Amino acid sequence: MRIINHRPSRGISYFTAILPFVLLIVVYAVFSDARLEANPDDKLLPDATSLGNAVHRMAFEPSKRTGELLLWKDTVASLTRLFIGLSISAFIGLTVGVFNGIVPWFSAFWTPFVRVLSMIPPMAILPILFIVFGLGELSKYVLIIFGTAPFIMRDMEQRVRELPHEQIIKAQTLDATTWQILLRVVLPQVMPRLLEAVRLTTGAAWLFLIAAEAIASTEGLGYRIFLVRRYLAMDVILPYVIWITLLAFVMDFSLRRLNTLCFPWFGKNR
Amino acid sequence: MLSLVWEEPVSLIRISKLWKSYGAKNVLEGLDFSIDANEFVTIVGASGCGKTTFLRMILGEEEPSRGSIEIDGEKLIAEPGKDRGVVFQRYSVFPHLTVLENVMLGLEFAGSKILCRGFGSVRRHWTQRCREMLDRVGLLASANDYPNALSGGMQQRLALSQSLVVAPRILLLDEPFGALDPGIRSDMHVLVRELHRELGLTVLMVTHDISESFYLGTRVLVLDKIRIDPHDPDLYGANITYDIPVRNPLDDIAGTFGEERGVTQYE
Ligand SMILES: Nc1ncnc2c1ncn2[C@@H]1O[C@H](COP(=O)(O)OP(=O)(O)O)[C@@H](O)[C@H]1O
Ligand SMILES: [Mg+2]
Repeated sequence: MRIINHRPSRGISYFTAILPFVLLIVVYAVFSDARLEANPDDKLLPDATSLGNAVHRMAFEPSKRTGELLLWKDTVASLTRLFIGLSISAFIGLTVGVFNGIVPWFSAFWTPFVRVLSMIPPMAILPILFIVFGLGELSKYVLIIFGTAPFIMRDMEQRVRELPHEQIIKAQTLDATTWQILLRVVLPQVMPRLLEAVRLTTGAAWLFLIAAEAIASTEGLGYRIFLVRRYLAMDVILPYVIWITLLAFVMDFSLRRLNTLCFPWFGKNR
Repeated sequence: MLSLVWEEPVSLIRISKLWKSYGAKNVLEGLDFSIDANEFVTIVGASGCGKTTFLRMILGEEEPSRGSIEIDGEKLIAEPGKDRGVVFQRYSVFPHLTVLENVMLGLEFAGSKILCRGFGSVRRHWTQRCREMLDRVGLLASANDYPNALSGGMQQRLALSQSLVVAPRILLLDEPFGALDPGIRSDMHVLVRELHRELGLTVLMVTHDISESFYLGTRVLVLDKIRIDPHDPDLYGANITYDIPVRNPLDDIAGTFGEERGVTQYE
């Protein structure tokens, strides 16, 4: 039998999914052990105890300087930025994208503009954002928006154009106005696709968030990682990275679930 | 007996010297005829001869290259409107709305310009009307299903009732049964013929099935190329080559199906 026709059973799939993670942990433990044996003060690959201590210190002990629980403070700060940035991005992306997709005169102005806009590497304009919007929260939101909105706009425009033209014609034979077509035919059908587009841009949003936090911030997950880097504090960096990955995973998962819950018709007819 | 006996027919649709070309490709050339109220006109022709193009011009989705289309003596603006309902072969219903919501959409468009929703007694009234419509086409049991749970024939019934709930004068059908199984198709034929009679509709239906066109139509139009240039097949467009009266439309409307005139009934 060809290898493309061999499929693992469901039970085995769980096992195979976990295996690489186990492998990674084992490899890490082996190398960490070896390094610590040679030099007990080695900071590069801390062992489980020091990782556990670091997590406890960051998450459950008030900071000596400020008296705050740093991990939670950083998490709230980062997630707030991400949430605000992505929400504004989704709103702009939906509005511009839908109008571009369905109003030819709107598209005539904005489709070429959006296309060029999406080519600008957001990181290249980060200095401009800091100069114009200052080092505060605003420039971080704007960077996330700049990094994700053009994609969402173009994706939404594409999705609207993909709706069968028959539907738009049909709605007009039912005497719908442009507004009514937007409200009842277009918007409900692109909403699940908007969630999908937002889900696909969360990776980029994290990238821009951490970049902005690394450069100018006083709190946030990205800020913390880059701060403790100076002391080679791998025992803090590693749990932070795992925590960020977990948050990203949960966001991805919830957006998927939200889609299937809110739009039961979506996916079935494709 | 081919003379048509009904009195003073009002020309509902008047097509004058209608041409349509896409670039150098001539699709239709010089169509010139009228359609009266209550007629059930079927248009047959080979695939690619321009049937859909013609229907789309009546619909207002496409503009004629030359000539004009008048409805009730008024020149048609190239925009779909509520006097012309339509059912396409596919994609005629909205996948994000349940069967009932699909039918109610037309009432909501008409009755609630901004919110596009009815509330309270208004909504109950609309629901009642839609349920009657669904009952008429045999879809009441599926009122709360989404279209993707329906068979092809049921989706087309839904598309029909969705159009008819806003009472269009003209119903345009573009191979609406082309994708259906033969058994389902003949059920649909019966339904459409009954609806034509009950609602006093004027129907314009495109098909490439000749038996279907004669069974349903009170008048059959054959669309074909009159001239063919073997070196440039795109040079000449199609025109009506046969215009065959099949039944007196008023017989249908009056309640009893009229005698078929000199054509074999295929079903
Ligand atoms: N938008 C268009 N642009 C160019 N050619 C078109 C367009 N629409 C239809 N045609 C051409 O017009 C001809 C008639 O098409 P159509 O009306 O769809 O045929 P039918 O419905 O009879 O099968 C076809 O050859 C098709 O390629
Ligand atoms: Mg066609």
